[in-house]
Amino acid sequence: MAIEAVDHSHWSPLLGRLWLDALPQEPIVLATFVVVALGGVALVAALTYFKLWGYLWKEWFTSVDHKKIGVMYMVLGLIMLLRGFADAVMMRIQQSIAFNGNEGYLNAHHYDQIFTAHGVIMIFFVAMPFVTGLMNYIVPLQIGARDVSFPFLNNFSFWMTTAGAVLVMMSLFIGEFAQTGWLAYPPLSNLAYSPWVGVDYYIWALQIAGVGTLLSGVNLIATIVKMRAPGMTMMRMPIFTWTSLCTNILIVAAFPVLTAVMSMLSLDRYLGFNFFSNDFGGSPMMYVNLIWIWGHPEVYILILPLFGVFSEVTATFCGKRLFGYSSMVYATLVITILSYLVWLHHFFTMGSGASVNSFFGITTMVISIPTGAKLFNWLFTMYRARIRYELPMMWTVAFMLTFTIGGMTGVMLAIPPADFVLHNSLFLIAHFHNVIIGGVLFGIFAAINFWWPKAFGFKLNQFWGKVSFWLWVPGFWVAFTPLYILGFMGVTRRMRVFDDPSIQIWFVIAAFGVVMIAGGIGAMLVQFAVSIWKREELKDETGDPWNGRTLEWATSSPPPEYNFAFTPIVHDIDAWEDMKRCGVERPTTGFRPIHMPKGTGTGIILAGLSTALGFAMIWYIWWLAAVSFVGILGYSIFHTFNYKRDYHIPVETVEATEAARTRQLAAAGA
Amino acid sequence: MTATTVNPTHDLSQAQLQAAFYDLDEHDHPEGGSTMLGFWMYLMSDCLIFAMLFAAYGVLGGNFAAGPGPKDLFELPLVALNTAMLLFSSITYGFAMLAMEKGSKGAVQLWLLVTAAFGIAFLAIEMYEFYHLIHEGATPMRSGFLTAFFSLVGTHGLHVTFGLIWLFTLVVQVGTKGLIPANRRRLMCLSLFWHFLDVIWIGVFTFVYLMGML
Repeated sequence: MAIEAVDHSHWSPLLGRLWLDALPQEPIVLATFVVVALGGVALVAALTYFKLWGYLWKEWFTSVDHKKIGVMYMVLGLIMLLRGFADAVMMRIQQSIAFNGNEGYLNAHHYDQIFTAHGVIMIFFVAMPFVTGLMNYIVPLQIGARDVSFPFLNNFSFWMTTAGAVLVMMSLFIGEFAQTGWLAYPPLSNLAYSPWVGVDYYIWALQIAGVGTLLSGVNLIATIVKMRAPGMTMMRMPIFTWTSLCTNILIVAAFPVLTAVMSMLSLDRYLGFNFFSNDFGGSPMMYVNLIWIWGHPEVYILILPLFGVFSEVTATFCGKRLFGYSSMVYATLVITILSYLVWLHHFFTMGSGASVNSFFGITTMVISIPTGAKLFNWLFTMYRARIRYELPMMWTVAFMLTFTIGGMTGVMLAIPPADFVLHNSLFLIAHFHNVIIGGVLFGIFAAINFWWPKAFGFKLNQFWGKVSFWLWVPGFWVAFTPLYILGFMGVTRRMRVFDDPSIQIWFVIAAFGVVMIAGGIGAMLVQFAVSIWKREELKDETGDPWNGRTLEWATSSPPPEYNFAFTPIVHDIDAWEDMKRCGVERPTTGFRPIHMPKGTGTGIILAGLSTALGFAMIWYIWWLAAVSFVGILGYSIFHTFNYKRDYHIPVETVEATEAARTRQLAAAGA
Repeated sequence: MTATTVNPTHDLSQAQLQAAFYDLDEHDHPEGGSTMLGFWMYLMSDCLIFAMLFAAYGVLGGNFAAGPGPKDLFELPLVALNTAMLLFSSITYGFAMLAMEKGSKGAVQLWLLVTAAFGIAFLAIEMYEFYHLIHEGATPMRSGFLTAFFSLVGTHGLHVTFGLIWLFTLVVQVGTKGLIPANRRRLMCLSLFWHFLDVIWIGVFTFVYLMGML
């Protein structure tokens, strides 16, 4: 299949370069489009029929409640996980059949978009929303606060992230996505080699989502620094809050770099600047350096909160205080700092010389020391404990085994001479899936199973959770061990067809692993459905289903809008465990009106206008770009004229809510 | 509200325990307690964007691609005048803040408008300089050096432009709502932003213009 040169030079003032040739041409994309369009119409029709639009708008879309925003982030992550996983399945099928002259079923133009979209979606629109959603939901509860520092900004951040995801999804059906790999290195991503809209979709999706990520980072740091319950000193913060703090510091210190680099690439593409061009004094390697100065901290942004999750889960299900709290905090801080000193290990082959490569190789290896310290802390917590192997704990043990091996292959790659051999090979692919799936994703599954009862008031079904677990974990190893082996054989990444038939068997095994993972994802969806179906049987009346240790378990499940009727006072690291130990009873009288922020539609409106701006810039529809830009500016200014952003929950409402909780607790016999 | 450890003794009554573990006499928290911290963090993130642009200038600043270099292009007297405009605008913003402390609404508005006048003068001189350069063929597309130069200086100019829009909005808001706490907070934030742009400009003036002429 040769790449057909399609002429996309058409431009009109009204539609820019958007024309009929932008609609899906290939049968696979066309069929997907039809299915998605029908599904979308059915969803809209159902929401209209059941009159849910008003409810969704009022209770969810315009809500500034950190808990609802957290749940919406998780839903976004789950939806995008399905999309990103579909891309993975397509790649595995293509690579397992494209041998012996068989071209497979994907042409190069399509295949290159798939591996790019897979990477972009999994990092930016699966892992990031999951992590941000968890932090949003749990951190204010863990520190005994009623919301975040900037509740409106929180809603706005969520919608900007969603706007980025919307643009990526649009690229599937209108035009194309980038064919550059997930970091879009120039000169390939320059206009000369990527002339149509793919890279522009990439740039604008990341720019718009990046605004959301940055602002939510600022928001959560301010929340953790300023809004902790009385008595919660820094060294009494739960470990998840600590790791969230460090992650958000990394976000604020790394995402501006991405914004700057994407802006530079845009200037090169739109106005012919020479940041990364090959001629006129540009430097493509400057892009590679800058993007990894963001990109390496990014992987720690993803993993640190999950280290926090594993700490909470281990302490809870071992029924004792976490071993080595202070060393856990310092290990987290050391990782935060070191993550800025290793970026060059992503391109040892640049040719920067032995001393530079040695420096970055050593800093990279040094990171494994604080990480190892964390692992030993978890192990020592488990030592001689009465461990309850509930689902969150199972995922934690699976993480410890899987992530450690991924970490070790990472140390191998940190040795520059070894990296010269393994660079850009499937060994690298196996390594980072090993740490991202084994660390981030397993951690998210642990967290979902752990905190689901808090968010919805009932536990998740154990049977289907175990089915999912036993398909996912071995499935992961079946899918990625072959890639380690292939990497050693020198097979490079991003290949569409292969000449050597002897390696086909490994790709077939990997494809089988993906089938197992698909079963794992399916079982997880069944688990959610069954649990919602049988929610009365799985109900959590106490608000503390796991005998938890931190403050989020001190309130009801799900927590009331105001989280805590009375702000708790903290005397210990495990504040809730301390309260239970001292036998404190929940106060049932003396409530007061509670001061809360008001919901607003500004976030979703501004994000909608940003989507329009991005779309217009991608398609060179200059009038729409101008209109939406002025709209964003105008509406932002309009919003600042609204000075009434808070209200009081009347004391009667608080009393009624708390009385219901008292009855619930009495019925549960607690 | 002390942070002393409470031992699980049976000496304490339930009422005493509750008082030790719950804030039973809580009052509304004043609005905007985190605003200055949050805005500082935003500013530092913005500072990083400038850091990247300075870094790009550091890497590409010598790549003239057989085109003009700083000595062929920069006119220091003009840039000195421009710098003066921005520095004066920072002083006058300071006067606006002093007026705010005194609670004099009209004076705040007046000094804000003076600040805006200096800001506009700065932008006008910058645009004149850009127009002049482009007219001579020294466009950002000409070389890596010019790309980095226009991007760094232009990004700063864009920030000043947004600062001006914000400033005019605040003039109106101070006019309609007066110097209420919310508006004072906003004036403080804009003050930080405005002085921050001054600091960035001093970096630009030193590293790009002065060192370029060495």
